Amino acid sequence: MIGATFRRVLPQLIILCVVLLLNFAVFPGFFHIEFQNGRLFGNLIDVLNRGAPVALLSIGMTLVIATKGIDLSVGAVMAIAGAVAASVVTGGGGWFTALIAALLAGLAAGLWNGVLVAFFRVQPIVATLVLMVAGRGVAQLITEGKIMTFLNEGLIHLGAGTILGIPTPIVIWLAMGTLVTLVVRRTALGMLIEAIGINETASRLAGINSRVLLVTVYLVSGFVAALAGVIVAADIKGADANNAGLWMELDAILAVVIGGNSLLGGRFSIVASLLGALIIQSVNSVILLSGMPPEFNLVIKALIIIVILVIQSPTVKHRLYLLRAKASSTVSDAPDVAPKAQLAKETRS
Amino acid sequence: MKLKTALLVSAVALTPLGAWAADKTVGFSQIGSESGWRAAETTVTKEQATERGINLKFADAQQKQENQIKALRGFIAQGVDAILLAPVVATGWDSVLEEAQDAEIPVILLDRKVDAPDDLYMTAVTSDTVYEGEVAGKWLVDTVAGKDCSVVELQGTTGSSPAIDRKAGFEKAIADASNIKIVRSQTGDFTRAQGKVVMESFLKAEGAENICALYAHNDDMAVGAIQAIKEAGAEPGKDILVVAIDAVPDMHLAIAKGEANATVELTPNMAGPAFDILDAFWADGTLPEKWVQTESKLFTAEDDNQAIYDMKKGLGY
Repeated sequence: MIGATFRRVLPQLIILCVVLLLNFAVFPGFFHIEFQNGRLFGNLIDVLNRGAPVALLSIGMTLVIATKGIDLSVGAVMAIAGAVAASVVTGGGGWFTALIAALLAGLAAGLWNGVLVAFFRVQPIVATLVLMVAGRGVAQLITEGKIMTFLNEGLIHLGAGTILGIPTPIVIWLAMGTLVTLVVRRTALGMLIEAIGINETASRLAGINSRVLLVTVYLVSGFVAALAGVIVAADIKGADANNAGLWMELDAILAVVIGGNSLLGGRFSIVASLLGALIIQSVNSVILLSGMPPEFNLVIKALIIIVILVIQSPTVKHRLYLLRAKASSTVSDAPDVAPKAQLAKETRS
Repeated sequence: MKLKTALLVSAVALTPLGAWAADKTVGFSQIGSESGWRAAETTVTKEQATERGINLKFADAQQKQENQIKALRGFIAQGVDAILLAPVVATGWDSVLEEAQDAEIPVILLDRKVDAPDDLYMTAVTSDTVYEGEVAGKWLVDTVAGKDCSVVELQGTTGSSPAIDRKAGFEKAIADASNIKIVRSQTGDFTRAQGKVVMESFLKAEGAENICALYAHNDDMAVGAIQAIKEAGAEPGKDILVVAIDAVPDMHLAIAKGEANATVELTPNMAGPAFDILDAFWADGTLPEKWVQTESKLFTAEDDNQAIYDMKKGLGY
């Protein structure tokens, strides 16, 4: 299974390495990591740390997209969760209560989306658009339109603190990614989700409770969005309802797409989506470190993303496959070449 | 909120006032509440109106021009005595401004200007965003007093006019100081989160010890950046000077704590000068200049920032 996963995510790994090397090219100190003030400190750590919100969102988004759905509301849910957490601690609650309240808010948002999609059969893009627009308003109502700042150390720790020297957001997204991957891959759950995405009617006729599963994937999406929202708020010690998670749903969808998952549903890989999130963050890092004027930011990002997507497109993939097939057939035409090379290597060593 | 407004309105109706503004009705079309500053402007405008016994009709456009045009037409139909308009965009106002002119209702623009012939409105009360940048730059020039200083700059949203102007103003102020150089400049989108992220990359790329000052186009980015400086093990306000623009409450708090050094105020009180202009106009028909610049006051550690924080935080920032 590990081998299959590795082969599946190989393109993403290669792209990630290339983008990281691009970082190294613009800033030679990129791979330097040191232990400073009791925490790991370095650009590579920043990529893992700053990529946390999109990585978390991409976990839920992968499952939703695998069912042929989409969740546009995650950015707004982040804003709601941050606002809820901030209002709990400013109201005198503890950080744990705040976290639970924020996660419950995320689950409630997921339930809303899931019920609209699974029971009312509203198209996912429309169903989640409702919350995308209204959710930010809800968050603004909670914070009364201001940046609600807080000083609760426990809550701040979730965004700006460390666990064993590793920034907490990294630990959270790695743990969440591992947990969800294991749950969907060590059980039949992943396959059932894929079945819904490929043909919901057929999967229902085959005895899969598609409604419950659909609600579940939106619940997961709401849950991870809430986690991301708490991290983002904790990071700046304040809930910024206007800006928290703004347009982040698009980055999450992009991460899933860079991860090679089809927007038409079906087979999915969470690991690939997480790598996609890291690729996006590495691209952001290139832009920041290059020192180019900000007018170029979006152009550079667009160019890199286009190259990545074209490399992954079915046409290019097919060409590459044909090239590889041709190369291997040339090798098999001359079977005596390989042993000779092997021999040469052995004598040399 | 509604109850409060109702109380305000009734209080205004019951209070006999001698000023010219008394018993006048003014319509105020606000953009929305996209930022804390905007919310503070709304609060201050309402306060100013209550103080002067003006009956303020408030309309929140929720960032949509069509809502603002609707609100303006509503004000005209109600026959208000004057209109305050904080325009969400610069273009497309000509016809509704003409309607106001036909109804002989003076219109005063707040905070932003419009692309319309200037005889269609009475005046525009705005801050000079280029000058704000200049004040910040001048403070830095005076503070470093000839010493070499590498500055990192956090720009506002790329292409937005305050970002362009505040950058230009700052560059103008430091143009003659060859000891001050901007070594890195990148957008932080006017938000705390981006301010922190971008500052992190500045600190790594340049090294905290090589950065002498941070200039941020708004306070929110500066507040985010201050956290990044602390996490990098440097002392904001001492190792790295922090100067920004807006003077929001959290920045005053940061200055009070010694974590920031200076901020240039973008006053939320645009309505005060506007009401003064209307008072003069109603009293003897005095017409103002076509542009009234608000004060861009510099706040540093010499001011009582804790007191200003306590006063400002109730304004809705």
